[in-house]
Amino acid sequence: MTARVGVVTFPGSLDDRDAARAVRLAGGKPVSLWHADADLHDVDAVVLPGGFSYGDYLRCGAIARFAPVMGSIIDRARSGMPVLGICNGFQILCEAHLLPGALTRNDHLHFICRDQRLRIENAQTAWTTSFTEGEEIVIPLKNGEGGYVADEATLDMLEAEGRVVARYLEVNPNGSRRDIAGITDPTGRIVGLMPHPEHAVEDLTGPSTDGLGFFTSALTALLR
Amino acid sequence: MARVIVDVMLKPEILDPQGRAVSGALARLGIDGVSDVRQGKRFEITLDGEVDADREAELERIAEELLSNPVIEDYTLRIEP
Repeated sequence: MTARVGVVTFPGSLDDRDAARAVRLAGGKPVSLWHADADLHDVDAVVLPGGFSYGDYLRCGAIARFAPVMGSIIDRARSGMPVLGICNGFQILCEAHLLPGALTRNDHLHFICRDQRLRIENAQTAWTTSFTEGEEIVIPLKNGEGGYVADEATLDMLEAEGRVVARYLEVNPNGSRRDIAGITDPTGRIVGLMPHPEHAVEDLTGPSTDGLGFFTSALTALLR
Repeated sequence: MARVIVDVMLKPEILDPQGRAVSGALARLGIDGVSDVRQGKRFEITLDGEVDADREAELERIAEELLSNPVIEDYTLRIEP
């Protein structure tokens, strides 16, 4: 059986095609989900892709959170369906309170686009088992509002529970607290990541193929 | 008709890079004595009819769930007659 991984398209999503392609290259069946359609079409997992859903008006992810498809995704996520939010998807997961904290304007105010080195801190989530703890990877990063913030108690809790999934190395590109690039929920099935693994799945177009591991991890988790 | 004003500001402990940039611009314009600038959002909502207690509770919910993100922002709501 091939796992069905839904990729949501919101008005303003940019990276839904690349995310679907990454799912396919990892061996899964990508299923397009539409923001206005609450039907999840029997998917086993969902990727919320990058972009500027609803123009990022109000706050990034704030309006997308209330899309019909999100109601279904939030329900399924709470009962254990793996969800990966990339960039704008991470912002949506925070706005939906599936993940703690928020993403704010980069501290230097500039949009940043670079190949970013990361360290995988937790290789046990549904989206990171293809990696080893401490493994260093390079994948693209591109955001204007990627600074991860949460209060000190929340940051301490994330650290203590091993819920920091990836951390920025060499430079902190956006002012994220404690160099946090990605986090997970207590179950390890919902992951938010600011950099873009779906852009690093082929040598021709990416700085590496390091991103593929996020998608193969989910397929492994679903077959387990 | 009633008008509802919702002001949304980043919580004091959250860094406000936009406010900081404005503060820098003021310094470059030669404006002295500015110790801090914080930038926020103001919503002006015009409603049909008057605002009763139920409507006010609904507005509070909107301000908390949609207009602001309570993780990083505070809001104030006032109703203009």
